[in-house]
Amino acid sequence: MSTITRRNFVQAAAAGLALPALGRSALAAEPLKTGFIYLGPVGDFGWTWAHDKGRKAMLAALNGQVTADYVENVKEDASAIPILKDLAQQGHKLIFATSYGYMDQCVEVAKQFPDVKFEHCTGYKTADNLGTYNSRFHQGRAVEGTIAGMMSKSGVIGYLGSYKVPEVVLGVNSFTLSAQAVNPKITTKLVMIDSWFDPAKEAAAVETLANLGCDVVAQHTDSPAGLQVCEKRKVWCFGQGADMARFAPKTQLTAIEDIWGPYYISRAKAALDGTWKSDNAWWGFKEGTVVMGPYNKTLPADVAAAADKIIAGWKDGSYDVFTGEIKDQTGAVKVPKGEHMTDDKLATIDWYVQGVQS
Amino acid sequence: MLTFIIDALVTVVGVTTPILLAATGELVVEKSGVLNLGIEGMMLIGAVTGFAVALTYGDNMGALAPWLGVLCAALAGAASSMLFAVLVLTLGSNQVATGLALTIFGIGLSSLVGAGYVGAVIPPFDSLFPDSLAGDPLWRVVFGYSPLVYFALIMVFAVGWFLNRTRAGLILRAVGENDISAHSIGYPVIAIRYAAIAFGGALAGIGGSYFSMVITPMWAEQMTAGRGWIALALVVFAGWRAGRLLAGAYFFGILMTLELYAKASGFSFLPSQFWASMPYIMAVAVLAFMSARDVTGSEAPACLGRPFLPST
Repeated sequence: MSTITRRNFVQAAAAGLALPALGRSALAAEPLKTGFIYLGPVGDFGWTWAHDKGRKAMLAALNGQVTADYVENVKEDASAIPILKDLAQQGHKLIFATSYGYMDQCVEVAKQFPDVKFEHCTGYKTADNLGTYNSRFHQGRAVEGTIAGMMSKSGVIGYLGSYKVPEVVLGVNSFTLSAQAVNPKITTKLVMIDSWFDPAKEAAAVETLANLGCDVVAQHTDSPAGLQVCEKRKVWCFGQGADMARFAPKTQLTAIEDIWGPYYISRAKAALDGTWKSDNAWWGFKEGTVVMGPYNKTLPADVAAAADKIIAGWKDGSYDVFTGEIKDQTGAVKVPKGEHMTDDKLATIDWYVQGVQS
Repeated sequence: MLTFIIDALVTVVGVTTPILLAATGELVVEKSGVLNLGIEGMMLIGAVTGFAVALTYGDNMGALAPWLGVLCAALAGAASSMLFAVLVLTLGSNQVATGLALTIFGIGLSSLVGAGYVGAVIPPFDSLFPDSLAGDPLWRVVFGYSPLVYFALIMVFAVGWFLNRTRAGLILRAVGENDISAHSIGYPVIAIRYAAIAFGGALAGIGGSYFSMVITPMWAEQMTAGRGWIALALVVFAGWRAGRLLAGAYFFGILMTLELYAKASGFSFLPSQFWASMPYIMAVAVLAFMSARDVTGSEAPACLGRPFLPST
């Protein structure tokens, strides 16, 4: 396996063009070549880091059967197209594009390379050789909400969000509903900062939430800034995307960890044995792509037990946080009693549940 | 209610200080007739340098490590500004293009240097006053800040005094107003501009270190998230006056904090994007107001952005 930077990538591409015959004849004996394009650097301790961990897990699990190259810092604009094309021309037969903004680029390149399989993370456009995949992070939010509802003394909990997009809205609603299930008086104060990454603003927002009486804060932004403020202000908090205990050793209660390995392994296997088909994967606790980090040592046993019960419920299908009756902020019934929300409705949700203050 | 206001004020000071530091430096640079658009890049270089030094020497030097970090952040900011200075002053390159290049360079260099520091943490460079004052719910409004906050306030007043009350400040302004005249009566225009640019770089570096050492004691790529551009706008907004710079910086800080409070308190009758755009809408409104009545006394230097080439 080799690391690809932009420079040696171009060199490799040129070398590949110079020796097409050699490349093709050797292909049959070679392992499946997979490629990844990443939004950030692999050392971002967040989104890209988690995808790279998944890539490494795939390499370890399918040792010798696959190779996996990656290109990091790929912008979500037209510049992703030549990078995807180059990967395809170099003989990568399974290509993972790991950010939402690569969607139309994937559609275009997939058209030109019908024998290459593409997988696009968090998007919704598919083709015969282009599938999508995502994780049900809101399942983890229900674990956090349960813990928050039991740990909060003030009954006011905070949520630091980025943009009002379905993925974030699902997290807010799941967090609030599950907290209300253990303490009906819970309200969630929500601050959207209109950015995925702005450490100073994230810190100021969490400070504001603490000032307004929130004693537990969850976040859906990319930097650990909020956790550092929580540690200072002695406010309970949760890691986002990975265990962030180093940023809040005393007050991080647990974390949602993004684990992509199981998905990458299963798709590479499918490509190897010829059963790969374009699909819309949305995995969660059951499939192992959402995992909770270690609990804080001071977490009371009954709270940990309640959290474990939620995880077990997601795994065996006995629990669903989006079970009616659910009202929106205006008090209108959105989900009638006893009914569940379909995946289509979840994926396009744009309203907050009752008890969310935004 | 009082402690509530004080809590909010502490947040305001936190978001304002790095912008104020960088803008104060840029004010001096622009007063000397040079437009440096590289603030964002210099802030990032300062941020990564300050963090790396404070982390590396944290074990050996204890309480002195953050001071050394800030000093090195200032030196690194000044050093990076010298790249810009050589290009625009000695080689006469275009200031706008060179400044933009400095920002892009700073983003890339800080990411490269910082790659090894992602995920590390240092203790925050907090108030040095005893906890009975710094931690007091009331008195923390005066004593509860990092030394850099007081430094930023002192620098604004010092720069205001320097520009308007000292002979050296008068010469610097003369260089910015009419470089040919200043040159012809014997002032070293290029040397003065070098010094001004170095000063601006040092303050931008310290402003950057405020992110990585005070607000969030860690390093993350592009952690300044565009504050350098706000600092740049602030200098124009303030009409190149130190007093207005201070007022303008806190005006931005208060609006940004109000936005967060409004959202968390459930003012959902206005969309969140409206609150996020408030500081910019207000900036445009004030600028329009100021240019509509020209008596407000904008002190834009006449030579701003023009290369000084006396031989031509």
